[in-house]
Amino acid sequence: MNSSEPTAMREITYREAAREALHEALTNDERVFLMGEDVGRYGGSYAVSLGFLEEFGPERIRDTPLSESAFVGAGIGAAIGGMRPIVEVMTVNFSLLAADQIINTAATYLHMSGGQINVPLVIRMATGGGLQLAAQHSHSLENLYAHIPGLKVLTPATVEDVRGMLATALADPDPVLIFEHILLYNRKGLLAEQAGAVDIDRARVRREGTHVSLITYGGSLWKCMEAAELLAQQGIEAEVLDLRILRPLDDESIIATVSKTHRAVIVDEGWRSGGISAEITARIHEQAFYELDLPVQRVCAVEVPIPYAKHLEDAALPQVEEIVAAAKKVVNGHD
Amino acid sequence: MITAAEPLPDTVDGEHALVLFTQMLRVRRFEEKSAEMYSKGNIRGFLHLYIGEEAVGTGIMQSVAPQDAVVATYREHGHALLRGIPMNAVMAEMFGKQEGCSRGRGGSMHLFDKATRFIGGNAIVGGGLPVAVGYALAAKMRGTDAVAWCIFGEGAMAEGEFHESLNLAELWQLPVVFCCENNFYAMGTALDRSESETRLVEKARSYRLDAEVVDGMDVLATEAAARRAADSARSGNGPYFIEFQTYRFKAHSMFDAERYRSKEEVHEHELHGPLRTFAARLSASGLLDDDKRATLEAEIAAEIEAAVAFAEAGTPEPVDDLTRFVYSEVQP
Repeated sequence: MNSSEPTAMREITYREAAREALHEALTNDERVFLMGEDVGRYGGSYAVSLGFLEEFGPERIRDTPLSESAFVGAGIGAAIGGMRPIVEVMTVNFSLLAADQIINTAATYLHMSGGQINVPLVIRMATGGGLQLAAQHSHSLENLYAHIPGLKVLTPATVEDVRGMLATALADPDPVLIFEHILLYNRKGLLAEQAGAVDIDRARVRREGTHVSLITYGGSLWKCMEAAELLAQQGIEAEVLDLRILRPLDDESIIATVSKTHRAVIVDEGWRSGGISAEITARIHEQAFYELDLPVQRVCAVEVPIPYAKHLEDAALPQVEEIVAAAKKVVNGHD
Repeated sequence: MITAAEPLPDTVDGEHALVLFTQMLRVRRFEEKSAEMYSKGNIRGFLHLYIGEEAVGTGIMQSVAPQDAVVATYREHGHALLRGIPMNAVMAEMFGKQEGCSRGRGGSMHLFDKATRFIGGNAIVGGGLPVAVGYALAAKMRGTDAVAWCIFGEGAMAEGEFHESLNLAELWQLPVVFCCENNFYAMGTALDRSESETRLVEKARSYRLDAEVVDGMDVLATEAAARRAADSARSGNGPYFIEFQTYRFKAHSMFDAERYRSKEEVHEHELHGPLRTFAARLSASGLLDDDKRATLEAEIAAEIEAAVAFAEAGTPEPVDDLTRFVYSEVQP
């Protein structure tokens, strides 16, 4: 990665990068297969696996019935049986129908069996709001899974991460959940020609700054980047930390940025009560209380089921202006 | 005593019949000892005994091949022993010792053994069915002839996971044998109080599975049914469903006051219990007399005493190890 030669870059959408990752995984390892609702003939509900059925065949690109619990559980059984399944759940809301398998089975078997039965399963799902899909297709429930020991929870926000996290997740011996924000699929980014696997351990600073840390992940990353740009025009240099992984959280990177800027705003499309933003706030207080100049601020979804109407949905989700306002408040000490 | 027991048919090998009896007896005595150890406080938590249902697991396991997987429930001591997990490891597990088959982390309800592909003790009713389907999917995709044996109670048939799993297994023609142990009570809820259709095979047939119902108290019948299922699943005919009609002689767990059934009902079933009736048939065939029975009892008692001693001598896992195996220790 760090060769002295200039890296050739190309522009690519998040969808295409996700697709390349899947294509590579299916090509490189015959144990890998993809299953889920409409991943085959339909091409994936977000068109990520379009054309795969023709290329890899119905044995490895498996359309499933609308039976989330059965096909997620089948992924667990297949993983135990020596395969490397990638299970696609259409949206995080639907994953609740498989919560038994994810939480009671995938997350417990290794520990409960005294270290014998590991579950090398990857589950991908779409998350987040912004497409006016209302309250059963728009929620950001990744925090529910980040609560569970035994799971790893990834939230790729960039084309490099969605391209590179899958291979690392597949090499992982334990269950890994990958959350892809629905607003990211059409987003373009620059990807190195030689892009490959990336770590799934560390958060990443996406923009350096000295006055305030914007701590975020997933779809909210780009709102924070935009907010940082606006703040810079007003003389406030915001550092943007992309968590990348919600479980295990990279405390070191969180504490490092807070220790640098002494001010933190956490931006999360999930709800504030009992959310990942609450967890991060607690960790900052536990580990870096005296580094803080002012209390941590949070910009989260309003505590309502996400509504359909555009103006209401916009009002319910974190927006750039709110992030800017929260950052200014924590920098200036007042609104 | 059963009067005028029928001798075994000539087609049954006498030595094999004695093996079946011995296996059932071994499970029975192990369970009795478990209850005793529970009342002494050596076993805690939930304890679900298999007493009365031994012919089901014993019949099934005759057809379980080494390459097969077994996915069981929380009433699985018998299955674990019959599958070949050493009795020492099972007893030590229930004592919560690290010499147990799950290092003492699972207890009675979560016996695991990778070596024999015993994939749990799952205590979520219905939760094991999708896992068994997945194991069968892997077996099929890898081109092996392994079969996934999925054991569950009739209570699981009210769960969505039952219906999703049978549909998927049939749709994809996977080698799963769904073994329903119908003891007629889902904990305390009688079958006809929880199912609108009590002919359970009809549910399986509605998903186009080959399905049969057998007398789960007759080990020859359970063995034969499991063999038909194994032959079918192993030869690529997709999943198979067997309803084993059986009865639980003891309480659901040690916390159960059994308010939902009468002592007379239990007694009536005990008279036709799997050990009692099979012993009578063995006697009628001249295969089992008092001396032989005493020898078997003594051998089993010795094994059980040794298992208890092993479990008592076992060591608690160090608390420092508590967080081990939340994630795999070998990372790529």
